[in-house]
Amino acid sequence: MSRIEFKDVRHAYPPPSGQAPIYALKEISQVWEDGGAYALLGPSGCGKTTLLNIISGLLTPSEGSILFDGRDVTRQPTAARHIAQVFQFPVVYDTMTVFDNLAFPLRNRGMPEARATERVTEIAEMLDLSDRLHQRAAGLTADGKQKISLGRGLVREEVNAILFDEPLTVIDPHLKWQLRSKLKELHQQIGVTMIYVTHDQVEALTFADQVVVMYDGGVVQVGTPVELFNRPKHTFVGYFIGSPGMNVLPCKLENGQPVFANNLLSSGYPADADLSGKLEIGIRPEFVRFGDDGIPVEIQKVEDLGRYQVVTVKHEAEQIKMLVGEDQAIPSESPMIQFDPENLHIYCDDWVVEIRNA
Amino acid sequence: MRKTTNQKAWWLVVPVLLLVAFNAFIPLMTVVNYSVQETFGNNAFFWEGVTWFEKVLRSERFHDSLLRQLLFTGMIISIEVPLGIAVALSMPRKGPWVSVCLVLMALPLLIPWNVVGAMWNIFALPDIGLLGYSLNSMGFDYNFTQQPVSAWMTTVVMDVWHWTSLVVLLCYAGLCSIPDAYYQAAHIDGASRWAVFRYIQLPKMKRVLTIAILLRFMDSFMIYTEPFVLTGGGPGNTTTFLSIDLVKIALGQFDLGPAAAMSLIYFLVVLLICWVFYTVMMRNEEQ
Repeated sequence: MSRIEFKDVRHAYPPPSGQAPIYALKEISQVWEDGGAYALLGPSGCGKTTLLNIISGLLTPSEGSILFDGRDVTRQPTAARHIAQVFQFPVVYDTMTVFDNLAFPLRNRGMPEARATERVTEIAEMLDLSDRLHQRAAGLTADGKQKISLGRGLVREEVNAILFDEPLTVIDPHLKWQLRSKLKELHQQIGVTMIYVTHDQVEALTFADQVVVMYDGGVVQVGTPVELFNRPKHTFVGYFIGSPGMNVLPCKLENGQPVFANNLLSSGYPADADLSGKLEIGIRPEFVRFGDDGIPVEIQKVEDLGRYQVVTVKHEAEQIKMLVGEDQAIPSESPMIQFDPENLHIYCDDWVVEIRNA
Repeated sequence: MRKTTNQKAWWLVVPVLLLVAFNAFIPLMTVVNYSVQETFGNNAFFWEGVTWFEKVLRSERFHDSLLRQLLFTGMIISIEVPLGIAVALSMPRKGPWVSVCLVLMALPLLIPWNVVGAMWNIFALPDIGLLGYSLNSMGFDYNFTQQPVSAWMTTVVMDVWHWTSLVVLLCYAGLCSIPDAYYQAAHIDGASRWAVFRYIQLPKMKRVLTIAILLRFMDSFMIYTEPFVLTGGGPGNTTTFLSIDLVKIALGQFDLGPAAAMSLIYFLVVLLICWVFYTVMMRNEEQ
């Protein structure tokens, strides 16, 4: 188990000759604490798998270094890093039994058979695989196979971290939830650092203590699920997390203060802040409500999702989504909306502008 | 809903029936017809029952050919399969060399059988052939037209040259279908090169290998043209395999009855071995 540290890590895949390298992973400097549950969240192609492969050692970054407990492992091969990885598609050794599969990493490292058996039995117990130990691994269902993949990592006592690369992709929906809770439970039981790559926000937010949101090759925010929800540092985080995502609307600057649709939104912004870039406000649908005054809108669509309704309204060219409780009425004539100033964020060139503490 | 009956659809089966009849059933039945009768020409036939079958099964000549055939097939399979796997493993998985390798591998497969025989015949001639001349000038006493061992070696090497590619291409296809994650997982689990082969590559190649072995078995068990052009079954009868022997009996001696009986036995042997092999492989799969 160990603390994972990235120092100015960057990676570019070899470009076609004569072209400047394109960084699949932009500069990252991070410290991930020992025993944490981290999720790397981002859309396809954002560099999260590249980052994962750099941790596991399948890929050597073009620049920077990676440290486990202060020890530089940048150039160490995978086997020497004591990393376990669970892949998107279950990897089991088809011809072996479940027991042999779990014992495989131990036998490869020359562990005495008696000790290996003990260890395998223990892990199989944790994963609820005990009654299937002597079946052929090929005969198991996808979730069973995924448990074996995980088990092969867990049996090794010296493991520094377990990496998951979208491990629930091929699992049936009703088993996904089960397997995810199992993971969470194991994490609490064993306390090994777990790093979970996914593009599914529900998986990331339920699994992790710290979610690392990635976008276009860079880390845009690291935080707890609550932080990501309440204070998205980047418009992408706001848009990507939450369902529906945050409304991002263009705004103007008047007397140094942001204004949307002729409404002064807040006055707490530092007049000296550089707001010269592209200015936008971000407001989550949860914090938009109908009111007696405010911004006039027309209602475009009402989707009833049971406990609440998603209402799409329009002010001039801008679409705004809002969440309205099931019991709340939707005004029929000249509706107006208000933004909760507490939960309104200003973004300059996609990055949040810090509010001055009033 | 009322079900309409329309038996006219059966006419659609007629082309297939005709094809199968002329292609397989009628020729086979002709052979069966010959195998139980004696003919002296003029379409006069005399019933012989199972006499020809008994005769063939008891004849030492048939035993010898069958034994030679089994030995030959056994030899080429035990060379071509491991060699094919080894070549497939060492071929690049991506990059510009892939197509170069594939074309090189496919080349021998494109050469007609009799050309292969003729090529190797000239190549191995002890006085003018490159191979034969070189071997002799290096001090080996090599003459495939006179020495049984040389003739066998040449035939086996020729077949290996001609057909290993097939095993290579099939194995290569099997190897390419293994997702990278398997190798990464094995790497993480600390597996040795041998363990990767034994527990990942070999199991994943099992199906294609089954097909490769079956094809190589059937083809080599029925081999005719190449050894016929190369050695003509000689020296003596030392490279007279079943099919060469069969042609000698049928067309050389014009013994149609024994030849027909031998054909049927030959056919049943091929069928039996294939069936046993396939059943065993598939049973392993299920366990």
